[in-house]
Amino acid sequence: MSPYQGKLLIHGGRVIDPSQDLDEALDLLIEDGRVARLDGAIKKPKDAETFDAAGLVVAPGLIDMHVHLREPGQEYKETVRTGTMAAAAGGFTAVACMANTDPVNDSRSVTEHILLEAQRHGFARVYPIGAISKGLLGEELAEIGEMVRAGARAVSDDGKPVMSSELMRRALLYAQHFDIPVIQHAEDLTLTGSGVMHEGVWSTRLGLPGIPGASEDVMVARDLILAEDTAGRYHVAHLSTARSLDMVRRAKSQKINVTCEVAPHHLILTDEEVAKSGFSTNTKMKPPLRSEKDRAALLNGLADGAVDCIASDHAPHHADEKDVQFSVAPFGIVGLETTLSLCLDRLVRPGILSLPRLVHLLSTGPARVLGVPGGTLKEGSPADVTVFHPDAEVTLSKASFRSKGKNTPFDGWKLHGHPVATFLEGRRTLDG
Amino acid sequence: MTPETPIRWRRKDLLGIAELSPAEIELILDTAESFSEIGERAIKKVPTLRGKTVLNLFFEASTRTRSSFEIAEKRLSADNINFSTSGSSLEKGETLVDTALNLQAMAPDLVIIRHAHPGVPHMLAKRIKAGVINAGDGAHEHPTQALLDAFTIRRHKGRLAGLKVAILGDIEHSRVVRSNIHLLNKMGAKVTIGGPRTLMPVEMEAMGVEVAYTLEDAIRDADVIMMLRVQLERLGRMAFPSVKEYFQLFGLTTARLAAARDDVIIMHPGPMNRGTEIASEVADGPYSVILEQVTHGVSVRMAILYLLSGVHEETV
Ligand SMILES: [Zn+2]
Repeated sequence: MSPYQGKLLIHGGRVIDPSQDLDEALDLLIEDGRVARLDGAIKKPKDAETFDAAGLVVAPGLIDMHVHLREPGQEYKETVRTGTMAAAAGGFTAVACMANTDPVNDSRSVTEHILLEAQRHGFARVYPIGAISKGLLGEELAEIGEMVRAGARAVSDDGKPVMSSELMRRALLYAQHFDIPVIQHAEDLTLTGSGVMHEGVWSTRLGLPGIPGASEDVMVARDLILAEDTAGRYHVAHLSTARSLDMVRRAKSQKINVTCEVAPHHLILTDEEVAKSGFSTNTKMKPPLRSEKDRAALLNGLADGAVDCIASDHAPHHADEKDVQFSVAPFGIVGLETTLSLCLDRLVRPGILSLPRLVHLLSTGPARVLGVPGGTLKEGSPADVTVFHPDAEVTLSKASFRSKGKNTPFDGWKLHGHPVATFLEGRRTLDG
Repeated sequence: MTPETPIRWRRKDLLGIAELSPAEIELILDTAESFSEIGERAIKKVPTLRGKTVLNLFFEASTRTRSSFEIAEKRLSADNINFSTSGSSLEKGETLVDTALNLQAMAPDLVIIRHAHPGVPHMLAKRIKAGVINAGDGAHEHPTQALLDAFTIRRHKGRLAGLKVAILGDIEHSRVVRSNIHLLNKMGAKVTIGGPRTLMPVEMEAMGVEVAYTLEDAIRDADVIMMLRVQLERLGRMAFPSVKEYFQLFGLTTARLAAARDDVIIMHPGPMNRGTEIASEVADGPYSVILEQVTHGVSVRMAILYLLSGVHEETV
């Protein structure tokens, strides 16, 4: 998608831009795909189109730094096209996509392929995340430099953890040549074993093999030691436990270069949901839905700054793959089209987060972690803008998802707040 | 005192004990009492379920439970059909959903299902009209076993309330223990579980039991001891080092029984590993009611088939 040529005035909205500490009624003038002016009561230029944002929030475009677009190789689950359509529908102007495709994004050619697809069919910016190791095998480093030159913005073996301490150490060292974060799916597979849900009172009751919180914590602890020694940029994907968050918080206070993201489902649901839903496979993901204590700790971390961003871990699967017994179903749920409403209703509405803090976590925060443009409405920056209603009622419906994946535990949820319009370089990608 | 209101069975399925009320449990046990007499007749057959079709669907090997259900079905004159994993489409990669749809097309009245994965009976129950009876789903529930255990205890002790029941062994992998804990708690018994720490699930206390880590602590003053089968295939997976060591720590011998009450009864859901969790002298000794459990299993399953088939409603 090319930048919108011309002028667009988004007027009457409440502009929230954490990058400038802004939260006030302002008009936003876009010219040729860039933010031209941000001011109180801008007079409409004669040749400008207008968007009436009265009663709405105008924010820097939301960025989801953890999605699975499934292309190449698993186009029956999702494509760059459908995934970015879902992003636009969910209020996102940019996504970072994980490397566990088929073939794995462990080389320049796959990175280029993804970017080309995004250029041709994309409804959002796509930042490919390259693999840390060749083939995600955890043995030798992938050609990280080549991928970065082609456009990769981070590396991760997500879907799998980097089990080898030595490889992790080298990744943290090598990635510094390119100033990119190393994103870890923190999980000790020997502790996970055959686990399919959080190990706790509910796995005990249901007789399902548990994934202990220690499976994540052991990995985060190890990685923080390596990050300290290497001074590398370390990012914890979908952090889910109280103890991991404590370690990250402490590491930050020790000036270790660490950031982390949390996923909406870990902020809203707990392991009890597996029982309440009657073994629904849409309550099965990795990391698993954790305990209430973990959930409460993550909420605290959102508010106090220990958490850097919210990322959906959008993981589309085909309905047939999920429509099997709990133990054998694939892990993961979709999130691009539910995240904003869930966060507005479950985090902002009860007062856990302020609106500016939420916008930070969904926009400015991930932009900083990835080191990409966006997350700001400063004059001169690309006009990636998300307009949303802060509290209008909405019912989530998987039937209307643009994503091919309908695997969500939130279908039918009545929530308050939803995206209204998404602009990518001034061009509208979502119609309200 | 609330006046005694006659309870009627309202559920389509029997998926677990967790969701049952004490009154429902009592209804099953009382109904089983009236069926147990049939097993003592020369001709052990009644026409109660004539014209009803029961499918026995065993995705996991089982001799005891399957034959117990089959006998119960035959004694009630139901038409029964057996599916087991070997050679059937169940093994040929057919999904459970397809299996369910195919079953539904055969219009059975009841489906008995055993599966290695927790929740499979629940999944099936949502998709088919027939009543579903869980004959064991992974380490989750085995409701008919807990009911026959309760029936056996009631026969010997005349009650469940106030009894001290010790359940010992591989707690982690046992569906029997979970169903028994639910049932015994609901009926007012006091449950202590014991076993190696490596086979003890986390937060067991939250299920309303006491946890002991020696056999003696677990069985002290017990009215009932249930021994669980040690799944020998778990050996070598870091759960415990050897059968010998397991027996030293948690094997039930006559000498160790001294800690329990004098009129203790010993139970085991079978199949037993003699010399692993239980010594033969105990299994075959005077306190053992293990074979009675098998006998009562048929009566309890007859009662469940009868209640779930809805025939009691048709005659009201
Ligand atoms: Zn992951």
